[in-house]
Amino acid sequence: MNTKKEIEMPEALTLLELPQTLTGEERSLISISKLNLFYDQVQALHNVNMEIYPRRITALIGPSGCGKSTLIKSINRMNDLVADCRIQGSILLDGEDIYARGMDVNLLRKRVGMVFQKPNPFPMSVYDNIAFGPRTHGVKKKAELDALVERALYDAALLDELKDGLRRSALALSGGQQQRLCIARALAVEPEVLLMDEPTSALDPISTARIEELALALKERYTIVIVTHNMQQALRISDQTAFFLLGELVEYNHTLQIFSEPEDPRTDDYVKGRFG
Amino acid sequence: MSGGDVQSGAGALRSSAGPMQEDAAHRAALRARGAAFVQRSLVRLAAVLTLAILLSIIAYIAVMGLPHISGDLFSFSYNSMNLSLMPALINTLLMTVLSLAIALPLGLGAAIFLVEYTGRSNRFVQIVRLMAETLTGIPSIVYGLFGLLFFVTALGWHLSLLSGALTLAIMILPVILRTAEEALKAVPDAYREGSFSLGAGRLRTVLKVLLPAAIPGILAGVILSIGRIFGESAALIFTAGTVAELPESLFDSTRTLSVHMYVLASEGLHIDKAYATAVVLLVIVFAINMLSAFVASRLTKGGGEGAGHA
Ligand SMILES: Nc1ncnc2c1ncn2[C@@H]1O[C@H](COP(=O)(O)OP(=O)(O)O)[C@@H](O)[C@H]1O
Ligand SMILES: [Mg+2]
Repeated sequence: MNTKKEIEMPEALTLLELPQTLTGEERSLISISKLNLFYDQVQALHNVNMEIYPRRITALIGPSGCGKSTLIKSINRMNDLVADCRIQGSILLDGEDIYARGMDVNLLRKRVGMVFQKPNPFPMSVYDNIAFGPRTHGVKKKAELDALVERALYDAALLDELKDGLRRSALALSGGQQQRLCIARALAVEPEVLLMDEPTSALDPISTARIEELALALKERYTIVIVTHNMQQALRISDQTAFFLLGELVEYNHTLQIFSEPEDPRTDDYVKGRFG
Repeated sequence: MSGGDVQSGAGALRSSAGPMQEDAAHRAALRARGAAFVQRSLVRLAAVLTLAILLSIIAYIAVMGLPHISGDLFSFSYNSMNLSLMPALINTLLMTVLSLAIALPLGLGAAIFLVEYTGRSNRFVQIVRLMAETLTGIPSIVYGLFGLLFFVTALGWHLSLLSGALTLAIMILPVILRTAEEALKAVPDAYREGSFSLGAGRLRTVLKVLLPAAIPGILAGVILSIGRIFGESAALIFTAGTVAELPESLFDSTRTLSVHMYVLASEGLHIDKAYATAVVLLVIVFAINMLSAFVASRLTKGGGEGAGHA
């Protein structure tokens, strides 16, 4: 505990109080095993094994190009959209192999929502953005849609700001609002897992703080996997942290453990800002 | 000019370096200013010339045509006394609607297939694209001859509205295909990702997210096509003929406004009426452009400012 000057550790928390989620007492929701991923000839992920626990925030950290986005996009099969992307190994969601032959990808993506690095609301009204998912999955009744939209806005801490502006164009919102709208849009299909790929990297500090608060509130009901470049952010909000380097999972442990006493010297170098 | 101020400002800053350098810097600044002036003047001259040529054509047509616009030019049926343009006008609209009704679904469907359903570097896509590009450059008379051989003769549809419309549809198909393709490609991938990540399938993504965002571009292709249809005469003379009456069926010969003008002008007896017709044609084309700009802005309102290209 000698060289962690640059990282503020919340005082009250000690390692002893941590939930024992990595020791196998709790059942994981997502189980990644022996995952190898290739883009054409280039291997982007090397034998990744990782358990992701329900109702926790799991942070993925590591330098650019180490495969964080690639891994997160494997969990909702967005990598299917990349031509020449090959995957070996398995990812189980609640015991079910998501790469199994009969898997309905659209249904998988309903269960595993995603928020992207750059806010990407559709060029439609706020209401239509949020209603897009439910409509896609067959909700037609106006009253039901209204309720879902309101609920999603509430959950994304946008209701007060936007309840009178549902007909406004989503593109007219601020960047931070747009990102929370994207979160609301993802929540509206009632997913189990929320994947967030550097959701605050395009936002100002105040908007960032609001998204972090939101993530902390949402983990009561959702399993969140967040990619972040910002180590303070990982420390502030995540329960577990996985450190990646060159497509390899170097170390995966309780967040405080990773930031205070990492086992691998490469993790140590990274979290102390010596490279990356 | 502010550009000049900055240049001399830089010269003044450098003056502490000594009189020699100051002199050189000053000369360089002067040269740069001179070059900028010449460039600006050339560009302006080009713009003014273009505008002047366009305006003088319009003015010339107006002067020649306006005095000859009269009530009977718009009477419902044509005879050699009134030389009414009304049947031709209605035929033009019919021809336009018919050609678009054939070419738009085909072209749009093909564009969607090429952009959304095949790989971007797909061999087949490249061949189709090359063909479309080639077809856009072919003179319309070639389409006319094809229509004559195929629709008029081989299929036995005679010189008719249908033969003409199909010929025009083939002619504008590559235009619609290419513009719709470009419009779809211009829709940011972030929209596709957003839609797929919510569990929407490809078709739903195309219909509900991508097409609405691409509408301005698609509409541009439609306007371009309407322009080509309105301006076409060669291809139509060979396929739709020159009958100056309203058709009673798809298999009747018709003449559009352009063909009408061509006939009037080539007969040489009614040049004044040809100019009057040209004025009407100009006004209509102008109106169509305004209308489609209005429709485009209306359709993209839901997306607010900068819709589709955020
Ligand atoms: N669509 C793609 N095609 C080919 N290579 C890719 C693609 N996406 C990512 N890669 C490569 O995979 C590696 C991991 O990228 P990525 O997962 O985006 O890293 P991170 O999100 O950690 O910055 C990088 O070397 C990157 O160049
Ligand atoms: Mg990334």
